[in-house]
Formats: sequence, C-alpha cells, structure tokens
Amino acid sequence: MMEQIWSMLSDPNMQWIFLGCTLLGLSSGVIGCFSYLRKQSLMGDTLAHAALPGICIAFMLTGIKSIGLFLIGAGIAGVVATFGIGYITRNSKLKQDAAMGIVLSGFFGLGIVLLTLIQHGDYGNQAGLDKFLFGQAASMIASDVITMTVVCVSLITICTLLFKQFKIISFDPGFARGLGYPVAFLEQLLMLLIVVAVVAGIQAVGVVLVAALLITPAVSARYWTDRLGLMVVLSGIFGAVSGAIGTWISASVSNLPTGPVTVLAATLLFCISILFGPQRGLVAKRLLRQRVKQRFHQDNERLLEGNVKKEAAL
Amino acid sequence: MSQSPNAIRTATKAIAPLSIKGLSVAYQKKPVLRNVSFEVNEGELIGVIGPNGAGKSTLMKAALGLIPSIGGEVLVYGKPYKQQRKMIGYVPQRESVDWDFPTNALDVVLMGRYGHLGWFRRPSAKDKALALECLSKVGMADYAERQISQLSGGQQQRVFLARALAQDAKLYFMDEPFAGVDAATEKAIITLLQELKLQGKTVIVVHHDLATVQDYFDSVLLLNVELQAFGPTEQTFTQEQLQRTYGGRLAFLDRSLQSPSRHDGVGE
Amino acid sequence: MSDFWILLTGALVASCCGVLGVFLVLRKMAMIGDAISHSVMPGIVIAFLLSGSRDSLLMMFAALLFGLLTTFLIQMFQQSGIQSDASIGVVFTALFAIGVVLVSLYARQVHLDQDAILYGEIAYVHWNIWELGGVNMGPKAVWLLGTTLLIITTVIGLFYKQFKLCAFDPALAAAIGVPVALFHYLLMGLVSMATVSSFESVGAILVVGLLIIPASTAYLLTDRLGVMIGLSVAAGVASTFIGYGAAVVLDASIAGCMVCAAALLFVIAFLFSPSHGIVIKKIRLRKLA
Repeated sequence: MMEQIWSMLSDPNMQWIFLGCTLLGLSSGVIGCFSYLRKQSLMGDTLAHAALPGICIAFMLTGIKSIGLFLIGAGIAGVVATFGIGYITRNSKLKQDAAMGIVLSGFFGLGIVLLTLIQHGDYGNQAGLDKFLFGQAASMIASDVITMTVVCVSLITICTLLFKQFKIISFDPGFARGLGYPVAFLEQLLMLLIVVAVVAGIQAVGVVLVAALLITPAVSARYWTDRLGLMVVLSGIFGAVSGAIGTWISASVSNLPTGPVTVLAATLLFCISILFGPQRGLVAKRLLRQRVKQRFHQDNERLLEGNVKKEAAL
Repeated sequence: MSQSPNAIRTATKAIAPLSIKGLSVAYQKKPVLRNVSFEVNEGELIGVIGPNGAGKSTLMKAALGLIPSIGGEVLVYGKPYKQQRKMIGYVPQRESVDWDFPTNALDVVLMGRYGHLGWFRRPSAKDKALALECLSKVGMADYAERQISQLSGGQQQRVFLARALAQDAKLYFMDEPFAGVDAATEKAIITLLQELKLQGKTVIVVHHDLATVQDYFDSVLLLNVELQAFGPTEQTFTQEQLQRTYGGRLAFLDRSLQSPSRHDGVGE
Repeated sequence: MSDFWILLTGALVASCCGVLGVFLVLRKMAMIGDAISHSVMPGIVIAFLLSGSRDSLLMMFAALLFGLLTTFLIQMFQQSGIQSDASIGVVFTALFAIGVVLVSLYARQVHLDQDAILYGEIAYVHWNIWELGGVNMGPKAVWLLGTTLLIITTVIGLFYKQFKLCAFDPALAAAIGVPVALFHYLLMGLVSMATVSSFESVGAILVVGLLIIPASTAYLLTDRLGVMIGLSVAAGVASTFIGYGAAVVLDASIAGCMVCAAALLFVIAFLFSPSHGIVIKKIRLRKLA
C-alpha cells in the first residue's frame, strides 16, 4: 500500500492532481464558512446542480471540453439560478426551501436532458462528460489542473483580502450598510465566489456531492472555535485534508470516483468534531447538562431542607 | 370586576385548575425558570408579567409539556397534565404559525375541535356550527371563508381566540394575545376574557403592557426566572414588587403606573 | 403498449409525490425531501447486495430505514445547534457518498449503475413483468407504485386532520396530545417509500422534481389544502404526459423532460395564477392606477 502511494506521488501528473484537489478543499472550506454563517449552506448544492445545464450548453456551443469554458457556462447558470431563487421568494408566498428545490431540480432536469441530447447527437468528443456527475480527479489533464489551481489560489487571496468585509456582511449586513460598505456588491461577489468554488470542484468531486466541500468542513470547524478567523483556517485545513485523502484513495483503488471518498473523509472529520468539540461537542454537552442538573437538584434540596427547618421552627 | 372571584375562590378551593410545584427549565447552562411554584384559583384572569427573557412563554410551554423541564410537577385539576388535555385551551403567539397556509378562518377554528375528535373522526356538522358560533363571538363571522393571510393582524389574533373557544376548555393559556393588535381587537379580546371568567373558566395570559394590568387581571404573577410575586392584583402589582421584578429598568414605568388607566369600563 | 405503461408509471409516481410534496412544501421541508431522495441510495444498494435481486421487500425496508435515519440525524444535528440547512447538507451528502462508493466497489456484482439511479429506466419499465401462475400481470413497477400510492392515500386519508394540524400549528398539535414526532417520522417514512418505489423507474432527480415542483405550482393556485393536494397530483400527472411527449420528439432523457415540464407548468402558474400570479397582480395594479 505504502509503495503504491509513493509510486503514485512520484508521478508528476498525479502530483499536480493531488495539489489541485488539496487546494480545492482548502478554498471551498474557506468560502463555505461564509456561506454557513450567512445561513446559505444549501445554496452551494443548488448552484452545483444548476451548473450542469450551463456546462452542457458551453460544450454544445463550442464542442470543447475545458474547465475555463465550463466555468463561464456554469457561472452564468449559477447567477441565473440565484436570481431565480430570489425572485421566487420575493414575489410569491413560497419559502426559500421550496424555491431552492424548484430551481435545483428544474435546472438539473434540464441538464440531464441536454446531457442525453449530447450523448445522442453528434458532438464528437463527448466521452467523459458524464464524469461530471460524480467526479473523477484522475481524468483531469494538466491544463485543467493548472486552471483549477489558479482559480483556487485566487479564491483564497480574495477571501484573505476581503476578510473584514465578508465577516461583517455575514454577521450584520444592516450595520455594514451603515458603515458605507457596498453590501449588495459584496454579497454578489461572495455568491460569485461560491459559484466559482462549486464549478472548480465539479470535475473533481461531481455535481451531486460538491456541496459537501462547502458545508461539511465549515460545520466541523464551528465545533472547535467561536472565533471566525480560526474557524476559517480550521475549515480550510479540514477541506484540504479531505481533498488530499479523497484523491489519494480514489486513485489507488480502481473504479472509485473521487467525490464520494472526499466527502466521506470530510464526514469522518465532522463526526470527530461533533463528538469531541471542546464546548459544543456531544460529549462535552452531555457532561455539562449532567452537571447543571446535578447542581440544580442539590440547590433544590438545600432549599427544601431550609423550608422544612423554617416550618419546624414555626 | 373584583367581587365574583372571591366568591368562587372560597367555593372551589378544593382543586386548583392549575398547580405548579418546583418547575425548572434550563436550555443550556443557564436556567430559564428556577423552582417556580404557584396555584391558581378557578374563575380568575391571571396576568403573567415580567421583563424580556424572564421565561414567561417558557413557563407556559413547560406547563403544557411542549418543552422538557428538568424538574417539577404540573397538575391540572389535581391530575397530571397529560390526562387533562381536553380541559386546556392554548393560544400560541401569532408569529408561531405560517399564515400563508392554504386554509380559511373557519377551518382554523375547527382545528380547536380536533382534540375532542379522537384519532379518526372528522369534524361533524355540529363541530362546524360550534366553530362558526365561536367566530361570531369574536366578531369574525363575516370572515369565515376568508383565506387567513388576507386577515389583518388583529383579525388573525381573533381567529386564534375563536379557536381556543372551540376547544371548550376550562383552563386557558394565552401567549401575548394583545401583542400588536388594533384597539377594536383589544376590546374584543378583553370582553371575551370577561365572558370566560363569568363562565367560571380560568385564563392565564402572558402580558406586556403594564398600563393595562390593573384593568384586566384579577391576579398577577410576576416572573423573572424565579417567581417574584403572585397574588391579587391590587396587593401584588405594586411599585415595590415591580422594582424587584424589573430591576433597575423601572424608571420609565412609574408614569404608566400612576397615570389614570385609559381602559376604564372596558368589558363591563 | 409500452407508451401506456410508461405513462401509467409516470402518473403513479406523480400521484405519490404530489400528495406528499404538498406537506413537504407547507412544512418548509422541501430540501429534506431532496435529502431523503438522495440518502435512501445506500439502503437500496445494501439490500441489493444482500438479496441479489431488484424487487424485494428488503429493498423497500432498507430504504425506509435509511430515510428515517436521515430524518433522525438531521433532527439530531439541528437540535445540537447546527443550522437546519447545513445539517441537511452534511447528512445527505455523507449517505449518498456511501451509496456511490458501494456501487463503485461492487459494480460488477450488482448490475445497478449510477446512471440508472440518477435518471431511472422508465423506458424499460414494461420489460420487467410480474407473472403470476404464468399469467402476465403487467410491469412490476406499476404494481409496486400502485401499492405505495394505496398506502400513502390510506395513511394521509385516515390522519388528514393530524397531518394538517402538525403542518399548520405544531405547538397546538402537541398541546392537544397529537404525537407530533410520530407524524413527522410517518411523513418522512412515506416520502422514503415513495422515493424507493419510484427510483428504479424514474431515478432520483425526477422524484425530487415531482415532490417539490407540482406541489409548489398547486400552492400558487389555491387557498384550500384539499384542493391543493388535488391540483398537485394533476400538475404532476400533466408533467409526466407532456414530458414523455417531449422526450419522444427530442430523443432525450424521459425523466429529465418530465421534470422540465413540471418546471414549465410552475413558471406558468407563477406568472398567470389568478390569485397569486405576478403578471395578473401587475395588471390588477395597473387597473387600480
């Protein structure tokens, strides 16, 4: 096993893929924190599903498979999807969850239709387009990996530079507006970053599961700290570790798609966090609740004893 | 307004409609309610008063078994709450439900009958007639077929009250029925409360507006995590007790206490 | 003949989903429905590996188990302080990932491929026939879905008032002694059943689409719960018919086309609903002005 891993790591193409997926996990983890704090975790899922028709249309128009083109197609589809969700919730009595469900399944249905059209039509080099559903990091070629790396690095850079702004619009957009921040612009920018992270992740993790890279590390990180700065760092680390493990295992076992393995690695970290997180973890909470109950009953007994004595004195 | 309860008080002293002993609730580290004990008399209107976060709604929910308590006992007419559900009517806060739900006012009132119907029975024509009667008692008979999102806040509150009436209970819990309603609704509600009282029913109301406490309630329960005071309004609703309950935040209340009440005569 | 079976299957799926979707939308649990439709997958695969056949009660049972497990986990995480949509996201991606890994690892033993799970095989529905004593009884999927629909309508019919009250005002429901948690799990159990019986024939996306979209369409068209359920079923059945027609013309995925048709009907209702449509509202405003 170890030898296999070493031999894999010595393959330069594999090194690139490995680096790309780790960076992907890192940047998704970082951005996921903000979308979690803005209570928009499932937005990532919706955007990922919505990206599929965008990718298909980009391919149908150009006939080329390249991550850069797909980014543009998926980005446009993502913007249309977010606009659609907002429009439905503002203009009808439907709530956000239903609006998301409608947009998600509607876009995905359209994507599937287009995908079958591509498969049945004569679009030439279409093989592997269906890999987008579950992700296969090993199928990426060098130029894809380079694009992905550049995208991830720029995501992380933007988040670092605008950390203060993103923090305040996640916590209190009204106050941010009062400070004179361009809140609407920042919100759109953040949404765009989520779209970019999702699209960058699709080839490695797949449409169905890419949302987990945004959600799971962020939730796990929340269990270890109450400070946003640390949470972002931890979430990034969790994401990076999951991405690395996912690529590793899926490349060493034949036929195993990268996405699910990455997600399972992230889920494992989540389980550890939810159990052993220092204050919010289940174990810590159970202990705390027991202590509170105990102290409470002790207090009560003392009180009751006092009352009895008083009555006796009377 | 304050003569009848005394008579009833002596007559039915035997079983209190509601008796709570040592009720405590904790959400996280902090207790929200600590060791609350009291017993209410039949046929009274009782106001539950206290600052924000004092646990007023929590007290109600814990008494109804909607949230778990970490200790204490709740007896309704001498028996555990679970055996006495049909004797209890509940009016939740208006914001607790989604008013876009596809249903009309009459249908919401009919929901008050569900507790009496058992598992499988559907509401009968008799239930419908009763629901309509309850709606007209709150002055909403004309709106029976109206979709509930098209009602004003006050009208929605009245529909909720009509639903509680349809429950045909002996003991009522109402969580802030006066919050954000118009003057007409406030008057309709207080008339209704008086009527319930005349029928010998007991009503416990979480209330915010200190200015109207003296006009509306026979007894008040002052709460701030712990029970601060409980008793007939004229003896309990005093400057000193309020100071204790609200802490230092009372300065602005002085005026409202001294001002001649603006609801004189309402409900007579 | 195959057209007839495909349309009948689609209509049955639409009816199951239409009834349940109404309650999901009203309880603001649309995304939980989405989550369940993904996370029953490991159940299906495990049952498949154990029994080696596609049509067993075991499969239904395993999927039911995973559906309820999903509900339980989401609830548990929510209570421990995670936002509801984040807990939904964590749970369904984890379970779905397990399912995909199992399929990939045992892909040779089970002839159950990812495509079938996502898009279903409604086009081949009439190939899998149930024979009773040598008599052709029609496609198995139709029987399975018919039974599921019967169970769903019976349960919802019997406990209509409880489901309604739990959806509108759970606090009152609890106060008058309705076991709110039981009905929550009952609803989720029914959703899992509907998902698993629809899975084979129409796949995961169509289930989600038909759970949420027709119910939302109906929500925009009426103010009565009973009518809403009827309209939801009608919209679902209409989308399967339109979708199938479109799929034949375009030579594209049937399931995908059905969802697109459902979405199209939603857009029409959203724009032109007599009571809530935005175009109608605009026209009314203009008349006032």
